[in-house]
Amino acid sequence: MNENHVSPREGASAPHALPAPVLVATAAALMALTALTVVTSRIDLGAFNVVLALAIAGLKASLVALFFMHLKYENRFSSVVFVTAVFFAVLLVGLVVFDTTQYQPDLRAAQQAAQRAGPR
Amino acid sequence: MSAPSPGSAPAARAPFLAPHFGSMGSQLDTAKLGTWLFLASEVLFFGGLFTAYAVFRANHPDLFHYAHHFLDWRLGALNTVVLVGSSLSAAWSVRCAQLGQRRGLRVALLVTLLLAGVFMVVKYTEYSHKLRHGIGWGAAYHPTAEILESLPAALRAVPAPEHLGTFYSIYFLMTGLHGIHVLVGMGLYLWLLRRAGRGDFGPGYYVPVDMVALYWHIVDMIWIFLFPLFYLV
Repeated sequence: MNENHVSPREGASAPHALPAPVLVATAAALMALTALTVVTSRIDLGAFNVVLALAIAGLKASLVALFFMHLKYENRFSSVVFVTAVFFAVLLVGLVVFDTTQYQPDLRAAQQAAQRAGPR
Repeated sequence: MSAPSPGSAPAARAPFLAPHFGSMGSQLDTAKLGTWLFLASEVLFFGGLFTAYAVFRANHPDLFHYAHHFLDWRLGALNTVVLVGSSLSAAWSVRCAQLGQRRGLRVALLVTLLLAGVFMVVKYTEYSHKLRHGIGWGAAYHPTAEILESLPAALRAVPAPEHLGTFYSIYFLMTGLHGIHVLVGMGLYLWLLRRAGRGDFGPGYYVPVDMVALYWHIVDMIWIFLFPLFYLV
């Protein structure tokens, strides 16, 4: 590795330190959203409760990633790596839940039929 | 490969620049890429467990409403606040290292370590309370009469749902694996404290502080999902 291999960006020595107000505001927002998720969990919204809780958690996780983990100011490739992993994790959960809810009624019906038939 | 470079001049070489890197900049960029790939594998690692949770919950929603009465949401919320606080101090430690504030760095690292310790103490309280009352995983689920008394009257009136042991298997596996991550983080922060005390870190070299903080933030991020999914339902 010689000098002409070093990109100009690497030469910039002063690190990008996040301003203190940004860090404090991020933490304050996370605390407020924690309170919000506790409050909303006490209101009965039926199936929407889980959706809302996950939406708030997703928002909190985004704040952590963008500011605490400074992805917002990072090389775009770090975001690509992370978002790809999150995408595939969500795909895994989503498709598996979709699948299990599809065949579960048939499974229950078969179990009940077997019970009615009695022990052999 | 490593032919002696002409006029080999290591005099100007930075003390923490590994021999296989050309510059501190490329060393930092490589560390970041490696850490983000590791964090991606962590997301997929927990992704499998979240899948188990989702499948079980989709098929047994009644179970989750019953079982969450044995989890104290106040302790879960307390631990959420503790972890958010420790994430703030972790991010602060990176800032201090980047700005060359050595005293601030040591304080921020120590606060992060202590808050992680508080998290584990709360976790220990929760686990020991459950296990003392027979709330174990799988076949070890034998709740005592005392803890069943604590359920709301409406729930005591109906028979308990099946598969409660499986719910607690998922609970202990997910929160336990998260707890192990917290313990690993505490070890890493002890190591950072030792090195910060030696004065290793500054604006020119802060890779370990930054990378451990990234790991710590993902531990916080996973708890952000575990808290509403188990304690609030």
